[in-house]
Amino acid sequence: MIPPFPGFGIGLRKQHYADFLDHRVAVDFLEVISENFMIDGGRPRRILRDIRARYPVALHGVSMSVGSADGLDQAYLARLRALVDDIEPLFVSDHLSWSRIEGFSSHDLLPLPYTQEAFDIVCTNIDRAQNALGRAMLVENPSTYIDFAPADMKEWQFIDALCARTGCGLLLDVNNVFVSASNHGYDPIAYLDAVPHDRVRQIHLAGHSQGDHLLIDTHDQAVPPSVWQLYAHVLPKLGAVATMIERDDAIPPLADLLAELSTARRIAAGKLEEAA
Amino acid sequence: MSLLALQRDMRDWLRGDDPAAAGRIGTATAPGIAIYQNNYRTQLVACLESSFPRTRAWIGEDMFIHAAVHHIDSVPPSSWTLDAYGRDFPATLARLHVADPEIAEIANIELALEELFVAADSPAVGLDILGDVDWDRAVLAFAPSIDLLHLNTNGFVIWSALVDQREPPAPQYLDTPDVALLWRQGEQCHIRIIDNAELQALLSLRSGKTFGALCRDVALLLGEEAGMTLVGRWLGSWLSDQMVVAIDDRKQAAARF
Repeated sequence: MIPPFPGFGIGLRKQHYADFLDHRVAVDFLEVISENFMIDGGRPRRILRDIRARYPVALHGVSMSVGSADGLDQAYLARLRALVDDIEPLFVSDHLSWSRIEGFSSHDLLPLPYTQEAFDIVCTNIDRAQNALGRAMLVENPSTYIDFAPADMKEWQFIDALCARTGCGLLLDVNNVFVSASNHGYDPIAYLDAVPHDRVRQIHLAGHSQGDHLLIDTHDQAVPPSVWQLYAHVLPKLGAVATMIERDDAIPPLADLLAELSTARRIAAGKLEEAA
Repeated sequence: MSLLALQRDMRDWLRGDDPAAAGRIGTATAPGIAIYQNNYRTQLVACLESSFPRTRAWIGEDMFIHAAVHHIDSVPPSSWTLDAYGRDFPATLARLHVADPEIAEIANIELALEELFVAADSPAVGLDILGDVDWDRAVLAFAPSIDLLHLNTNGFVIWSALVDQREPPAPQYLDTPDVALLWRQGEQCHIRIIDNAELQALLSLRSGKTFGALCRDVALLLGEEAGMTLVGRWLGSWLSDQMVVAIDDRKQAAARF
């Protein structure tokens, strides 16, 4: 079982390297995109080592493709393992999605049908990834724009069974729950009540945009009230887990993200006190 | 439908807008599946724009987007890292712009510098060991990341002007091709044009020739004094530029490699 880390962090982006290296910023951890640092050397890798010397770091991947029907990329796993050994991260995570098939890489987090066949494939891939990495990983619930039918299970059932069978943990992206629930017409509260609470080790909080027909997981906005409300709802069920603000585009000044993180701290303190 | 069949259909839809593939995935998914295709193409265009800003500035936005779309249609991404997607783009530009070869050469410079930026670190030899080296027998090892680009046009001068935000010159073929030497000093990437003599010296040393043999070859061509001066100048710049990562004079090889 992955040990919990009850802290508050931010996704590290280039725009804020100097802020974190030149000053002691009041965060408990930083999350980086693994692939940006799975390189041979140079400045990015040195910066990550300098960051790691000052802050705990979580590695968050986008290219493992745990849902690929033709298995995992061994070269990818070897590079990720080397980074894990170098950085000794708090968590290693990736998404419940697929991006690669038969040598084609979409570089997007594509959705999976929640069928028994897909479940078996994802479990096999996660088992292999965890063996290659020498540790358990976290899997993040995706935001999706299509819903395959027929499915054998709901997404939360798929995740619950996945955690039970592979021993992986859950990175619960509350914004993704809101986006997918809105796009597919289900109740986000029911989703949050059904995920395996004892497996959640990290929470992502982010914003989204309204597309022509669907909500889009743009991660380019402040965390909206709808997502804060879901966070406040689920937190007492989880206890103290790592929470972070995730922004991937339209990166604001660090102070704006720290203000959002303060909101998360305030909500968490209140909710955990209520629950105690 | 098996997961493999579904993923092949998604791939075919993303790559080629194949309506039959979209139909098999499910018609109820119509608005959503278009989002994935838009994400796919937008991300690849953004990747090329980010990797080739000088090329884009040289040929203009419209021509760059046309080349990017052509590239996306003809060269699907295959690596786990998006950073690798630009590797074949200079070749696409060369095919699209046969009469304007400077375009692909500018793109090649940008690609080489981007790859050099994240190449493996190779600590340079310390200057403190130089006095102890038997230079006649010394074999120099250069940083593996050092790259050489052969340029048939004034692409380097155009690229330099674009970097410095000066008015670039008109493109032209060179009577004698340029060779650009690219290396990294610490975390800083560098590029300079070298003449044929320095190129031949580098190639011969990289193939294992001893420094003493190089000195004798150059002395035969230029005379003892001029040859030693030139080789000494090359060595000085290679060392100060931190291009040399090991010197083996077969006396203390174990300590230095």
